[in-house]
Amino acid sequence: MSVPQYRKAAALTLVAGLGLGLAACSTKSDDASGDASGKVTITVDCQPVGAQKELLQNWNADVAEFQRLNPDIVVKSVSVGEQCNNPPDFTARLAGGTVTDVFYGYMTDLQQVLDSGQAMDITEYASKDTIPTWDSVDPALKEVFSDDGKLYAVPVKNYSMGLVYNKVLFQRAGLDVNNPPKTWTEVRDAAKKIAALGDGIAGYAEYSAGNTGGWHFTALPYAQGGQVLTADGSKADFNNALGRQVLQNLRDMRYGDDSMGDRQLLQWGDLLTNAGAGKVGMFIGAPDATQAIVSQFQGRFEDWAMGPLPGQDGPAKGTLGGGEGYFFKKDLTPEQVRAGLKWIAYQKLTPGKGQLDYARSKPQNYPVGLPQPLLFTNGSEAQRQELELRKANANVDTTNFANFEANPVPIKGEPRNAQAIYAVLDAVMSGVLTNPDANIDTLLKTAEEKVNKLLAAER
Amino acid sequence: MTITTAPGAVRAADRPTPSPPAGARRTSLGRKVRDNLTGHTFLIGAVLCFAVFSWYPMVRGVVMSFQRTRRGETTWVGWDNYLRILDDPSFWTAWQNTFYFTGLALVLGYAVPFFVAILLNEFRHARGYLRILVYLPVMLPPASALFLFKFYAYDPSDAGLFNAILKALGLPTAQWMQSPEMTMPAMVLASTWMNMGSAVLIYLAALQNIPGELYEAAELDGAGIWRRIRHVTIPQTRLILALLAMLQIVATMQLFIEPLILANGAGAEDSATSVAYLIYQHGFFQNDLNGAAALGVIMLVVLAGFSAAYLRLTAKQD
Repeated sequence: MSVPQYRKAAALTLVAGLGLGLAACSTKSDDASGDASGKVTITVDCQPVGAQKELLQNWNADVAEFQRLNPDIVVKSVSVGEQCNNPPDFTARLAGGTVTDVFYGYMTDLQQVLDSGQAMDITEYASKDTIPTWDSVDPALKEVFSDDGKLYAVPVKNYSMGLVYNKVLFQRAGLDVNNPPKTWTEVRDAAKKIAALGDGIAGYAEYSAGNTGGWHFTALPYAQGGQVLTADGSKADFNNALGRQVLQNLRDMRYGDDSMGDRQLLQWGDLLTNAGAGKVGMFIGAPDATQAIVSQFQGRFEDWAMGPLPGQDGPAKGTLGGGEGYFFKKDLTPEQVRAGLKWIAYQKLTPGKGQLDYARSKPQNYPVGLPQPLLFTNGSEAQRQELELRKANANVDTTNFANFEANPVPIKGEPRNAQAIYAVLDAVMSGVLTNPDANIDTLLKTAEEKVNKLLAAER
Repeated sequence: MTITTAPGAVRAADRPTPSPPAGARRTSLGRKVRDNLTGHTFLIGAVLCFAVFSWYPMVRGVVMSFQRTRRGETTWVGWDNYLRILDDPSFWTAWQNTFYFTGLALVLGYAVPFFVAILLNEFRHARGYLRILVYLPVMLPPASALFLFKFYAYDPSDAGLFNAILKALGLPTAQWMQSPEMTMPAMVLASTWMNMGSAVLIYLAALQNIPGELYEAAELDGAGIWRRIRHVTIPQTRLILALLAMLQIVATMQLFIEPLILANGAGAEDSATSVAYLIYQHGFFQNDLNGAAALGVIMLVVLAGFSAAYLRLTAKQD
């Protein structure tokens, strides 16, 4: 082959290769709604990643068993990372239309999923026929995933916040491990004693970055009977005495008592890393925070216990609740929706199966006995079965959570457009935790203006 | 130097020629395509890559900035997204922070590599090793370098490297990223450490192109080191200096990873919020991809305007 011919051939090969590559990129994955054998195929995300060895084995075993019980359904699992809904990735998948047929999301994601046009109305499909325990699922959770009377997701996890505390540090500080603080005055006293242990230990730790500061600034007024938005969600409602009290409590501990540690601007992983290292006495969190401390941050279950969220001068008047669910991608066939619901019913909402297969989890390094996922209505048959199984297979000391369970606090959901509001409220928390001279009134006023503008823009 | 051109070319340019008939034009075009087939074919790949991965997203971004998607319905909203973004209280904070970072980076990040390069150029021995040392931080992934600063150097307790040094010297310690006043200087310091290696190498290459005779002549005329830098080094490296200044300003205006890692996002009282970080917040946390696109277009216009003005000014000077 002469040189010019060789060049031409190389150029054509290059272009053909590139063209095929682009074509491969742009080609949609196989339409997996069904095949010649009449099987219905669904793709489902949030499969555990390889590093979560036991969880992944459990998931794969669940898929195999489910397919054996439902030979006409094929479940294709997709892993989207250890944190199934990392907000930037989730947004990108929604915007790009690459979510799976049945996809995981937080309760606060409903608006975003609706706006992206990826949501499917599953109201007519969600029933006892597809999910045998459907009537036992807490109606308040169904409501969170509903809009304008239409259901868009099935709740699979629900939590509420309380006071998580380190028993070892409590003991070392001479505090009663069975009697955690119930008011902010008691929290402050306990934090002072724990911080006095030295060695960089924070008596009480709090978030102030990555939207987690705003998340907790939302939870703290709830405990005092407050809220961050007015009931109709149209205006900010934290620039008041309750909001000031929340920030004053934190300022007193941070700069008055020096009991919150030197390191601030903490977000989720930072605080739990410190907690896992035994450097945090108390923090506000859900029961699964202890699971994360153990499975991801090298902590020990036996070190941690939980009490109800403290109120200002007495029991808390409310606590923040949140959770997860599975949405359904638009344009699925009715068969696919039914198949997806059946899968969720099997893996998430059946006592003794999937995530509620406590006998299987017991010998594994995952906690059984935590007071969650709080999916079923009080007194329902499903709740009774779930609690019995949980009790029978508990591998953590349930007395560590008895205080939390015995003192239930009314649960209040997260605000509309939560993440945008949390981003604004981060500055309030970071202001009071990093600047001893921060003006609380100015912090609240500025944040109020920003949130109001944000809400106005939404309309 | 004499420039010669092919006689044919002069004739073609000078002589008015009647337009060829359409058929002839087609033949001529066809011949041109045939003659350059290899070149065009190679070009298709590059053009396609740019079109798919660069130009299309850009155009799409501009289009999105004039749309709003709600409930899966996309509508044209004119300038609404821009007005909304301009009304965002964080908008001006972000620009203020970004300009502050750019200005500080220009003072520190622009001058320091130049003088480090001059210093390295003076060394007669171990120059290669020194170059590697200076370039080493560039080879660290930015995230790793920033985590080093975050957890090792900027720890606000006395255990932090910088605070330990300050304490040893009997000076007051700092809160680093936890202080709104220190946030920007701390980010510039980390960023300069991370990135200056590349600039130093480019300056070094430019310095080594300066003829030695110029320095000898200057020395014979009694010029000291500062006069040699002012009258020989700077004029001789003017083009590189001008180019790197523009590239640095455009790069630092896109400040993103430093606030994301060092300040966990917005930093103490929004002191680290940059324009690029605000775009990220709108796009990925506030369910507002259209607002993010509008802010991206504003940033593009500002940077393009700056680059055009800068190139024009420097071209005039040349």
